[in-house]
Amino acid sequence: MSVLDKKAKIRTKNLNLYYGNAHCLCDITMDIPENAITAIIGPSGCGKSSLLRLFNRMNDLIPIARASGEAYLDDFSIYGKDTYVVELRKKIGMVFQKPNVFPMSIRENITLAPRRQGITNKAKLDEIVESTLNQVGLWNDFKDILGKPALNRSAGEQQRLCIARAIAINPDVILMDESCSALDPESTMKVEELMASLAKKYTTIIVTHSMEQARRVSDMSAFIMIDSEERIGRLVEYAPTMEMFSTPKDKRTEDYITGRFG
Amino acid sequence: MKSVKGDFSGKVFFVLALSSILALVVITVFILMKGLPLIAEVGLFKFIFSTTWAPGQGEYGIGAMILGSVIVTLGAAVIGVPIGICCSIFMAEMAPERMRKIFRPAIQLLAGIPSVVYGFWGLVFVVPFIREHLGGSGYSILAGSVVLAIMILPTIISISEVSIIALPRTYKEGALALGMTHWQTIYSVQLPAAKSGIVAAVILGIGRAIGETMAVIMVLGNAVIIPKSIIDPVRTLTTNIGIEMGYATGKHQEALFATGIVLFVVIMALNITAQYITRKKVKK
Repeated sequence: MSVLDKKAKIRTKNLNLYYGNAHCLCDITMDIPENAITAIIGPSGCGKSSLLRLFNRMNDLIPIARASGEAYLDDFSIYGKDTYVVELRKKIGMVFQKPNVFPMSIRENITLAPRRQGITNKAKLDEIVESTLNQVGLWNDFKDILGKPALNRSAGEQQRLCIARAIAINPDVILMDESCSALDPESTMKVEELMASLAKKYTTIIVTHSMEQARRVSDMSAFIMIDSEERIGRLVEYAPTMEMFSTPKDKRTEDYITGRFG
Repeated sequence: MKSVKGDFSGKVFFVLALSSILALVVITVFILMKGLPLIAEVGLFKFIFSTTWAPGQGEYGIGAMILGSVIVTLGAAVIGVPIGICCSIFMAEMAPERMRKIFRPAIQLLAGIPSVVYGFWGLVFVVPFIREHLGGSGYSILAGSVVLAIMILPTIISISEVSIIALPRTYKEGALALGMTHWQTIYSVQLPAAKSGIVAAVILGIGRAIGETMAVIMVLGNAVIIPKSIIDPVRTLTTNIGIEMGYATGKHQEALFATGIVLFVVIMALNITAQYITRKKVKK
């Protein structure tokens, strides 16, 4: 089945983002396929991360940020009047650029959010810890040290723990904001393998500055660029990754992926 | 020529800087010299645990005063710590920027009010209020605790607020991204992460409360008794020195210096603990 035949999990229509008076992203319209990996690529400062943060409304934390347009998770309006952002974020998990494990034990890092959602049964929590750590390939390393501080682990392990933490609340979508940029090559490889296996279950959207990574792991690619006159970020090209990297339709995409700028 | 000049100014600054350390040494040595002989004579155990303070009869026991200091300070902590921590959370996480701009200097102003003014306010407002509504003379543990609670607020609020603000932004983002509410994020991620700073704030606030003298002299009633309720009068270590130093001579004066030693040790211990806690945090 081609990635284009997959059902759209997130749909945006003319989505715009403003920081104060600055128009940051203009008219982003895209359908993000379910259970596939979509990569957002583009030069530094083009608004890749801002776009990612539009999906789970993390931009809400910035007082001057304002979004307009439409975005849907299935039939659920992300920017609807009655949308409760906490419910939205339970459906759309996020992994950040630098591993941001909380200063508490490995176990608590994973169980914190489920507990806040009302799961108090210890057996159930143990099950969540084991299954999420299994999914990120850390169960064998961590099963005897669950009570130890998470901050003592290596950056690669911390980042995989952050992924485990994100899937512990059973989201539909996982956002990854340059999640390998702070990791060594070996850890990067592990996280990339993890992305591929998670994509079977979760719709995954990644932001990456590495075109190699986008080419290696993603099914769809979105190329974003700021046009030089208006200084506004636009979606230049959005296509299956294989297609974009072999036969880019837009001249600017071609220039970027062949390394002529950016 | 240049190096000689540089040397000279360097020496001047060194001497000036040294003078503040010297002051600490001189004061410490002086108090110890004046007070230790009496503690040796009476015996440390008896000095601390005896509740009979009768300088006229040669009885020097500060047990009642130690108890008084502990109770009044605990009372201040019970009232002041929750208010202070809540206020710091509000300032760090909830208040809009405009409100923060009013609150922050206002709280600093609170720290700048002379303690005698706090005492005066306690005397004309808190003491009569307690007398009318709870009975007794009004001069009481409760009055002292209320006044002290307000006086320790600036310490607790500013240090707690800084320790919350200094947390990495990514903790908050990470917690919110997991679908936690703002309040869940505060109490289950941010407060535990800022714990050491908040504990240090509380300890420093308590140290301030134990050391305060003027304001509590005016509202405590100062009787050397073992109190039976929080509306009984009481005397603390600081007020004991403040009240009697003016006329004490000989052994009596030495006993007041010995009271000072006890106070000094307690406050030093609190400050060192607070510093140790915050330093441990930085190391990690």
